[in-house]
Amino acid sequence: MGETLAEKILSAKSGNNIRAGDIVIASVDLVFIQDTTGPLAVRQFRESGLKKLARPEKTAVFIDHAVPSPTHTLANDHLVLRRFASEAGAIMSEMGEGVCHQLVAESLARPGDIIVASDSHTVTAGGLGAFATGMGSSDVAVAMGLGRTWFRVPESILAEVGGRFQKGVSAKDLILHVIGLIGADGATYKALEFGGDGIKEISMSQRFTVANMAVEAGAKVGLFPADDITRDYLAAQGRKKDYQPVSPDADAIYERTIPIDLGALEPTVAKPHTVDNVALARELKGVKIQQVFIGTCTNGRLDDLEIAASILKGKKRHPGTRLIVAPASRQVLLTALEKGYIQTLVEAGAAVLPPGCGPCLGLHQGALGDGEACLSTSNRNFRGRMGNPKSFVYLGSPATAAATALAGEITDPREAM
Amino acid sequence: MLRGRAFKFGDGISTDHIIPGRYTHLRSNLTELARHVLEDVDPAFVSRVREGDFIVAGSNFGLGSSREHAPLVIKMAGVRAILAKSAARIFFRNAINLGLPVLICDTDVINDGDELEIDLSAGVVKDLTSGQKLTFGKMPQVMLRILDEGGLIPYIKKHGDFKL
Ligand code: SF4
Repeated sequence: MGETLAEKILSAKSGNNIRAGDIVIASVDLVFIQDTTGPLAVRQFRESGLKKLARPEKTAVFIDHAVPSPTHTLANDHLVLRRFASEAGAIMSEMGEGVCHQLVAESLARPGDIIVASDSHTVTAGGLGAFATGMGSSDVAVAMGLGRTWFRVPESILAEVGGRFQKGVSAKDLILHVIGLIGADGATYKALEFGGDGIKEISMSQRFTVANMAVEAGAKVGLFPADDITRDYLAAQGRKKDYQPVSPDADAIYERTIPIDLGALEPTVAKPHTVDNVALARELKGVKIQQVFIGTCTNGRLDDLEIAASILKGKKRHPGTRLIVAPASRQVLLTALEKGYIQTLVEAGAAVLPPGCGPCLGLHQGALGDGEACLSTSNRNFRGRMGNPKSFVYLGSPATAAATALAGEITDPREAM
Repeated sequence: MLRGRAFKFGDGISTDHIIPGRYTHLRSNLTELARHVLEDVDPAFVSRVREGDFIVAGSNFGLGSSREHAPLVIKMAGVRAILAKSAARIFFRNAINLGLPVLICDTDVINDGDELEIDLSAGVVKDLTSGQKLTFGKMPQVMLRILDEGGLIPYIKKHGDFKL
């Protein structure tokens, strides 16, 4: 009987012929922590009695959330992580390098890998065919020490994608549409797999956007097969040898199949305060927005800045709308500088932050005032997410964000192109 | 046998509700962090909850981030079990890893303030106020063992590895 992508990867790493519903122990290819959940993971690791990292060269520590450090308490948390990385021999990613998930995608994740990390958006690496999932600090601490963890093999939901995006529509609209369709718990405990001819129309960067938000439907992983697009991406990153094809069997059994026609999608927005509260951008015309944020592990990549720059070129942000841009990584920032996107965005009135999470989690920078609304390219809009429970967060694509920054109200980007 | 009062919450309580990102600077000061547990949903919760009480919620409890601080501050507030119609995956596993049971059952029949008695091994919740009896779903063996040891870290300290 055929295997889904999730079953295939877990089978290979647990040495068993397994099925959805089984509980397995699987070896882990990469473990990482970041600066908001890492200090607790370090504490639990020390507490657990596990003395050494199973594979220091496959363990990474990222300082990306609170960067540059806004308080001395967080600066002290950063010290804990730096010391741990140097004592344990782990890979250390210093502040300014970028968001962990982007850096993992650029340099560490490989198709067929199992990746666990103390951050829910670890699912991002599913875009290149890695079984990558978020866990808490205790689980990650143990995975760092043992080099393995236990999983319940998830059932898979297949989003069978056909057609191609219209102009102005992108992967963000696709995943918001899917979450709106199945709900914020529509894939809880499950794998959300993407297949069909239409995935050939979805670039690597866009696949990361889709996989990144699988967790907003409750999914354990969001998975794309590893194909020619994956191979070309890895080659462009100088990692040709990290490629191996990974695909589900043709007779794999899915719990449910959701057909999606990319051509029928329109710019989509999630309204406050849940990600599944979706509407079309054009239906929200007239909703005033005081701040636009373009960045994060969801949409802070080069193509995201490119589309935003193309819409904002030669224009100015609306005077009532602030614009914040945070590239997802140093590589993204450098290339965007080279290509002139940063110049264009700054000329249009953007404040550019260093690579990192920026205002995404409401910890510092870009906090909203009472009653204010932000249109963000990030992945979550829970009440208080951007630092103030009396504010409102809308989620949309970089194109929608740029068009909104120009108009001062939520705008369908097709009007601005 | 656990006994305590029910604190009722609705659907979709996220980890951002449980411990907002704006308190990230307190994550290494757990006592201070715990003072803000669930404050954006019920500012009075932290002053009213007592050792031994229960959180009784609707569906998808704990959705959102992987922050283990969320179940940790709930536990620190004195809560001894969470009852919900459904729970988000990472939160569920994190709570068990901290020795805090999450019991999946039809919480509609429980009212705020009801006195509950929970028999973990029998899988039964008795609502002493209404007289109703509920059963909750079983969890995988490995989780039961972790719960038995009081959490993942004590479990690993004792056994050194996972046993399925
Ligand atoms: S960018 Fe936002 S969602 Fe992504 S890792 Fe950072 S805080 Fe989390």
